[in-house]
Amino acid sequence: MPAVKGDGMRGLAVFISDIRNCKSKEAELKRINKELANIRSKFKGDKTLDGYQKKKYVCKLLFIFLLGHDIDFGHMEAVNLLSSNKYTEKQIGYLFISVLINLNSELIKLIIQSIKNDLQSRNPVHVNLALQCIANIGSKDMCEAFNTDLPKLLVSGDTIDFVKQSAALCLLKLFRTSQDVLPPGEYASRIVHLLNDQHMGVVTAACSLIEALSKRWPEDYKGCVSLAISRLSRIVTATYTDLQDYTYYFVPAPWLSVKLLRLLQNYQPPEDPANKSRLLECLEGILNKAQEAPKSKKVQHSNAKNAVLFEAIALIIHMDSEPALLVRACNQLGAFLAHRETNLRYLALESMCLLATSEFSHEAVKKHQETIINSLKTERDVSVRQRAVDLLYAMCDRSNAAEIVSEMLIYLETADYSIREEMVLKVAILAEKYATDYTWYVDVILKLIRIAGDYVSEEVWYRVIQIVVNREDVQGYAAKTVFEALQVHIYCHLQHTS
Amino acid sequence: MIRFILIQNRAGKTRLAKWYMHFDDDEKQKLIEEVHACVTVRDAKHTNFVEFRNFKIVYRRYAGLYFCICVDISDNNLYYLEAIHNFVEVLNEYFHNVCELDLVFNFYKVYSVVDEMFLAGEIRETSQTKVLKQLLMLTSLE
Repeated sequence: MPAVKGDGMRGLAVFISDIRNCKSKEAELKRINKELANIRSKFKGDKTLDGYQKKKYVCKLLFIFLLGHDIDFGHMEAVNLLSSNKYTEKQIGYLFISVLINLNSELIKLIIQSIKNDLQSRNPVHVNLALQCIANIGSKDMCEAFNTDLPKLLVSGDTIDFVKQSAALCLLKLFRTSQDVLPPGEYASRIVHLLNDQHMGVVTAACSLIEALSKRWPEDYKGCVSLAISRLSRIVTATYTDLQDYTYYFVPAPWLSVKLLRLLQNYQPPEDPANKSRLLECLEGILNKAQEAPKSKKVQHSNAKNAVLFEAIALIIHMDSEPALLVRACNQLGAFLAHRETNLRYLALESMCLLATSEFSHEAVKKHQETIINSLKTERDVSVRQRAVDLLYAMCDRSNAAEIVSEMLIYLETADYSIREEMVLKVAILAEKYATDYTWYVDVILKLIRIAGDYVSEEVWYRVIQIVVNREDVQGYAAKTVFEALQVHIYCHLQHTS
Repeated sequence: MIRFILIQNRAGKTRLAKWYMHFDDDEKQKLIEEVHACVTVRDAKHTNFVEFRNFKIVYRRYAGLYFCICVDISDNNLYYLEAIHNFVEVLNEYFHNVCELDLVFNFYKVYSVVDEMFLAGEIRETSQTKVLKQLLMLTSLE
């Protein structure tokens, strides 16, 4: 049995061992029922239990619940634990109610009162527990109870860092439950200023809150754009000794960087020259780093670096205003198409799909056509092949339609049944959109029907008929070709039945 | 945002389930079974991402345990893949070479680790140094 840390709760460890040693489901159920009876009697008993015992029994109940059994008592005792002064007892109390909360229960009022008390505690650890509980539950009642105090706590200079972090995300939870929780007026500029906090964890947490609020009230929160750019700039140019605690496998603050890049996608590219040039420098810096020799061979280094790169590319695509960056992004993704890691090939195909639709990078994407078609033929993970299909569809135009449609038809012959309907639709759309020669169109549709007839939906073949009916020049060809195809079909059918 | 975090072993036993949106108990059970079926059938030739209902799961296997984070389709895959690794490194440090049994016997402490690093379906803290310092301090409390 592994050593239990700190406070022990030896009785809990013994109980868990007993459960693990049960040889059958029946034995396990028997042991659990025995324990439930024991706990029930202790809770009802004359002797008042001390905090340690209450904690131990509530914890046992929680364990039993997590095993998959219903628990219909213990909630009151858990709520009682909230008023203890001891961290370990409070923690178990909060954990029990977070996991087993019943929002309609009478106990909600008591719980909210306990949380209120802890929010006002001088002990930041207790305040933090209360905040985590609100964030884990975040019910409408809690929105009403805490919507005035929480913002104050978040922006107050007296609030300690780790409490601010939790307060920010706690507010985010409440905001998602009920958007009236945080009307912008009073607090917008102070919340935005959290992006300048010297504690990177506070910035990390606040960034998620601001991202959600700025989606809802872009005007009120637009001050976040310049702060986000300057923060990002400091991270991208940092050496790894600058951000020691936040450097991960030689990558400076990768998660915060991604959050900031995501936040910037809520806005149009900045118009003022200072912000604009700073942002472009950041993006160029990120693209440059992707080309540099890696500082570490570990996959964590490359994943962290590429997480930032892909988000930067997403921002570049969103801005859709810098041709040079779009082309650079395309080239970088092109290099990933042949990478030995499947994850990167997948993400590159996915990202390129967005680039294909931008007029600035459409041509650059087309240069990789051969590699993408090769992916379609050789990738072993079907989801990667699917991304290749999506990309071919997005990059299709008059110049390459014939080849792309042809490759898609070949792929369709052996494609998974689950993706056939979507593929048929895609081929039909491309064939119609780019047909210059309608005999080609008829041939494609016929092939489609032959290969995957069951997946050709009504919309598709209604459309075919509509086109043929409206185009005199192809009617003869269509009739002849279909007739011949039917003959072959009947012949085959006869062969099989004779 | 994160919809849920699951740690499951190969047999399908759940070692941690953290939910960031509401599901009934029956729905949770069904999701757990579906996730298990979904990830255990994948191997090295597959990506670490898989479409799941109208979300996606980013996952990685460590020894006998699957660490799965269910996120929105538009979320950044590698961001969450490394969030998993960061979390696992913290668990490893906190439990001194963590093994599955540590997560069983100290299940209530695993929630504390989770809540330090993730909250309200978002990443809360990424510095291993800061997280471990806080956890060590909490372990010393009565």
